Parts: sequence; C-alpha cells; structure tokens
Amino acid sequence: MQEFVDGLIANGRFAGMPAEQVYALMMFLFGGLVVFGFIMPVAGITSWLERRVWARIQSRVGPNRVGPQGFLQWLADGIKNLLKEDIIPDAADRPLFAFAPYLVVWGFVATFVVIPFSSYLIIADLNVGILYLTAVTALVVVGVLMAGWSSNNKWSLIGGIRSAAQIISYEIPAGLAILPVVLLTGTLSMQGIVRAQGWAPWDWFIFHNPFTFVTAFMFYVAALAEGNRTPFDLPEAESELVAGFCTEYSGMRYLLFFLAEWGNLYVIGAVVTTLFLGGWQIPPVTDNVVLLQVLQFGAFFLKAYFWVFIAMWVRATLPRVRVDQLMSLCWKYLVPIGFLNLVGTAVWMVIWPQGNRGVQYLMVLLTALILGQFFRRVRFHLRRARPELYYSPVI
Amino acid sequence: MSLMGYEVEVQRDGGLATEEMTLNMGPQHPSTHGVLRFIVKADGEVMRTAIPDVGYLHRSIEKIAEKVGYHGFMPYTDRVDYVSAMQCNQGWAMVCERLAGIEVPRRGEFCRVIACELGRIASHLLSVGTMVQDIGAYTPFLHALREREKINDLLEELCGARLTFNYMRIGGVAWDLPAGYAEKVTAFLDQFEPLIDEYNDLISYNKIYVQRLANVGVVSKAEAINYNLVGPNLRATGFHYDVRRDEPYSVYAELEFDVPVGSGEMGTLGDCFDRYMVRIKEMRECCKMVRQCLKLMPPGPVLAKVPRRLKPPVGDAYVRVEGSRGDMGWYLVSDGSEFPYRVKIRTGSFAAMSIVDKVSRGLMIADLIALIASFDVVAPEVDR
Repeated sequence: MQEFVDGLIANGRFAGMPAEQVYALMMFLFGGLVVFGFIMPVAGITSWLERRVWARIQSRVGPNRVGPQGFLQWLADGIKNLLKEDIIPDAADRPLFAFAPYLVVWGFVATFVVIPFSSYLIIADLNVGILYLTAVTALVVVGVLMAGWSSNNKWSLIGGIRSAAQIISYEIPAGLAILPVVLLTGTLSMQGIVRAQGWAPWDWFIFHNPFTFVTAFMFYVAALAEGNRTPFDLPEAESELVAGFCTEYSGMRYLLFFLAEWGNLYVIGAVVTTLFLGGWQIPPVTDNVVLLQVLQFGAFFLKAYFWVFIAMWVRATLPRVRVDQLMSLCWKYLVPIGFLNLVGTAVWMVIWPQGNRGVQYLMVLLTALILGQFFRRVRFHLRRARPELYYSPVI
Repeated sequence: MSLMGYEVEVQRDGGLATEEMTLNMGPQHPSTHGVLRFIVKADGEVMRTAIPDVGYLHRSIEKIAEKVGYHGFMPYTDRVDYVSAMQCNQGWAMVCERLAGIEVPRRGEFCRVIACELGRIASHLLSVGTMVQDIGAYTPFLHALREREKINDLLEELCGARLTFNYMRIGGVAWDLPAGYAEKVTAFLDQFEPLIDEYNDLISYNKIYVQRLANVGVVSKAEAINYNLVGPNLRATGFHYDVRRDEPYSVYAELEFDVPVGSGEMGTLGDCFDRYMVRIKEMRECCKMVRQCLKLMPPGPVLAKVPRRLKPPVGDAYVRVEGSRGDMGWYLVSDGSEFPYRVKIRTGSFAAMSIVDKVSRGLMIADLIALIASFDVVAPEVDR
C-alpha cells in the first residue's frame, strides 16, 4: 500500500502536497473504500446467507423476495433500519448509549487491517499482526458493556456483564491457541504466518502435528464464544434476556451490533484460515500478477466462508449452554488443553525441527477419510429424506 | 471509600457490598409463553426466589358461563386452554351430559377421542418445540411446528377451525368425520411416527441439551402430589397416574395404551429432562390411540338429541378429563334453570405455577426458562 502511494507521489500526482497529507488522504479514501465496499457487503451477505442456510436446515424458504433468491435482502434491511426512528430511552445514559454501537463496529472493522486477503491485498502487514487482532477484538467488550450499562435496563445489564465475562474469559484460550502457530513461525505478522505455510493441505499448520490440529478447533470454539455465536450466544439470549445488551436499541444502532456480529463471523473464518489453513496460498498456476491475486483472494475467501458456513450450521443445530457451563468449558477444558497444545507443539519442534512429513500426510489422509465418511452419511440421510417434507430452494 | 467520586461501601473482608437484584420477568417476556410474570430475586445469575404473579390473562370465563347458558358456553371453553382446546370442549360437554343424563352416541365418543388425541399431539409438539427453542435451538422448533401445522390442517377439515375448535356439542360432536378422513389421518400418523425418532436424533439426546435439562428443577413424587401437579408433570416424577387409564371416561377403557412415566434416564427422576421426555413418549401413545379409534369406530349418529334450552336438574357434577396439561376438573352446579349456577375449572398449569417458587430456588436464570417450559405452562389456562 505504502509503495503504491509512494509511486503516485513520485509520479507527481500530488504536486504541492506534503507526503503526510497524501498518506492521510489515501488512508481515509482506502479505509472508506474497504469499509463500504467490502466489510459492509460481506457482513450483509453473510446475514443473507445465514438466513438462507438456516431456512434450508429448518425446511422453510427464507428471504427470497428482494433480488434473485433474496440476495439483496441485506440491502433492504439496511435501508429499512437506517430509516427507522432511533429511540434512546429517557433513563438511558445518552452519550454512552449512542456511542456503544460505534465502539463495537470499530472493534470489528479494525480487525480487517491485518487480514491478508492475498499476497498483496493487506491493508497493513503489521509486525505484531495477530497480537493487534486480539487487542482490537477486545474493544468489542467495552462497547457491549457500555451498551448493557447505559441502557438502564436490568436485562441489558445482565447481557452486558455476561458478554464481558464471556469475551474476556475466551480471550485466554484464543490467545493460547494462537501461540503454537507463533512458535512454529517465529513471527506475529499475518503475512509471515501465511508464507510459512504452503498451498498443499499437508503444509497447513492444522495438519502440522496433532497438537495444532486440536488447537485449530479450540481456536474456532473460542472465537465463536468471543463472537457471541450459538452455542455461546448468552449475551443476547433472546429466550432468557429478551435481547440482551441490545434490548433497548432500535434502528441503525441495533443493526450495527448485528453488522458487527455477522462481520465477526467472517473475521473468525479469516483468522482460522490464516493461522491454520494456509491463508491465501494456492499452487503456482500462473505468472500473471493480477490473476494470481484474484485466485489467491478467491481461495482465501472460500476457505474463510467454509468456517462461516460451519458456524451457521452449528447455530442452526445446537442449543445454548448455561453460563456456568460456558465458564467451566473455558477454564476447565479449553485453557488446560491450550497449555497442553503449546507444550506439545514445543516438544514436537524440538524433536522434529522441520516437522514430520509422515505424520502430516497421515493426518491429511485421516481427515479426508473422516470427511468422506461424513459426506457419505449426509448423502444417505438426504436420500432417505422424504422429499415432500422439504422445500427445495436453490440454496 | 470514594472511587472516582462515587461512594463505594467496603465490607470488612475487603470485597464490595452486593445486593440482590429484583428482576421482573414478564408479562412481556419472550419465553414466559404468554402473559405470565415472575418476580425474580437474583444474586447475579443465581435466583433466590422466583414468585409467579398470575392474573394477567383473567377473562372471567367461569363467570361468563353463568350468563351464556349451557350450549353457549362451548366456544368459551376453547379459550380456557387454547393450545389444546379439544379436551376443554370435552370436559364441558361431559360435565353437562353427566348432570343432564345425556347418552352420547358411540360414534360421537370416538370422534371426540380422535379429535382430542390429535389435539394432544399438536399441543405436545408445541410444548417440546417451544421448550427446545427456549433452550436456544431454533431448528427443532420449526420441525415440530411443521407437523403441528399438518394436525391443524386435519382439525380444520374436521371442524373448520385451527385453534379454537368449538367442535363438540353437549351430547356428541358437531360434525361427523368428513369423507376420506380416516385415510388422511392414517397417512399423517404414518409419516409422523418416524419423525419422533428424528426429533430424538436431532435434539433430545444432544449433549448440550441434556446438560441443560438433566438434574435441573427436580420435583420428587411426594412434592408433586403435595403441590397438586397433574398430567405429564406428575408422571415425570415416576407416579403412574393418568385419568384416561385410571378413571376411564369416553371410550378410553376400550383402547390399549401405555402411560409413559419419567425414568430419570439422564439425571434425577423428575427433572426437566424427564418432563420433556414424557411428552415425547406420550405423542407415540396418542398415535396408537388414534389408530385404534379409527379401527374400532362404528357407524351411526354422532350427536344425541339434546333440547335446545337445556335445563339440567338441580345438583352438581364434577368430571375429570386428561387435558394436555393434565387432569382437568370441571365442576358444575345447576339450579335447574337455563343457566349454570356456578362453574369451576381446575387446570394443570395453575397447579404447576405453585411449585415454581419452591423448585426455582438456587437455580440460574437460564434454568427458570427451562423450568417454566418443562412445566408446559399455558398462560390462559393459569388464569382462565
């Protein structure tokens, strides 16, 4: 990015402007472009996709009116919510109440800074990338807690407190799950982590050794909990806390929370992909730089959406855990397992500094077998399903 | 001690002072299943008490009976428990028939039982569906309601209404089964019965689900009897009692069916999971009963000749029917006029509300939701 702007300055496109001003201008322009051109649509499309996937699982149709297959539903929802009245309760703490959604969105949008979409497409390849990511996601807690407190509603308060407890607790297993990867690569930079892996599955860190395999899923679970997703959606548990911390919100402010939630889903997928699934790595198929970037972006996008899809599936299937079960899962199981994985990976690196190819191939094979068996079962159930019970929309 | 300008009370052991929070759950809370209210005193997530506050849906149905007469009261009975209105219809019809000494034609009795048992399946589907939804899973709820929709279609074909049926009359039922109805019901049962297994696969034995329900809200057998629990809530404690079997009315004596009771398979006997499972098992028994009724059903009239201005002799009568929420008592006093002197309806949900306070102590707020859902409380039945 910086090279690109430097090039523009060198070509004399911004004659008479100091370089700092050009940088600032380009940052705003690019930031706006990314937020409105990519992040918002991704969050919106994820919401549409989630509703369609849910509907398919629940044998109903889902939104299919706005646009082809209801694809523009997210746009319609956004416009509707923008036009709605923004109600702030009298007893609410006005400044905090108004500001909280922005903080949540801020925390979520800031994560996109370090997500490597391809070998060039990254806003800033910070040398503390993954650390930065864990830091800015913690901003969400502040926003949620502010929303819960300032609403002056007991249900909101409980939702906010639950959320704070949950997100802070699950930061620890999430952080512990990142550490083995950092051990393996010796870098915190996201591009560095991706470059340390290869395009082939056995070069991915998820299959590096059994400990990282467990770590990948542990990170995913912890990230789901941090993103307030089912089965850990206690802060906004609609059957217990009405709507949790966003009970008193309406209109666009309400939507911003959900924008952050659905966007977060993509961030979770992107981070898991970056850390464990080889990121944007693809086989060296072409020398054309632009085409290569497009293919890398496509590979990254699909891998990330695979995890998003899993999260949707989980949400449609599982009930919600109770708050004490949530905490015991975190502190009694995930944290010890995280430490075990960390030590295990370290020992593995001491024994096989270059990694053990045999084990890697074996793990890929085993995973392929498990997946194959899984799809066989799914196919069996699909065949057995009585067609008259199910609607058949396109997706 | 002052902390950023706020006075903070400090206890001797150095911790901050805490106090109980009074939470007002309902009457407009999404998981109280209607207009119910609980005053919850909570210490963080743990409840000290949860006091049910009933009366928000009181419509003076019993008083209305004194003004509209015997036949005219039938549509109002639908509103006593609108989730399974057929049994309420039957209760009112039976108590009037007993007082006036009316014999119901045999085919009419079978029509009643078929309608009641279909209604019971629908009610239990809604019950387990909303319970699962309260625990947080949304898919099983929709799968359950999909089947309930089919029963609603069947009952609509039978009596023209989907919720408040007004199907029964004093002395029988309003209409005979429509043509080809038996085949339709059998086809529905054939496709529905395997689906019960599917629900079990989908959610009943899900680990999170079992963890949420097992050992939560345990009601012992003695407690259940002391607090007057009835129906599935009573049977879940292991107590073998069903009005249909123990004091058979209508044609239930001729039908073969089991009475499922709680087994404590996942935790303690009488916990939320048992109450859930009893309803799942009961749906199977309902299917069995409907099949038998369709087979045993004789031809003939469905409605006895009953005077339009019914004047039962002076006296009183009490009948019990097994509603979807348990033993439903109908007490009727007649003074010999066209209008009932007094009607009293005894419902299962009201009894279930009385034990909520006792059972909920020490549970978490999320457990209260599971508890209410497992008692299958229907708000209009609580207040009438």
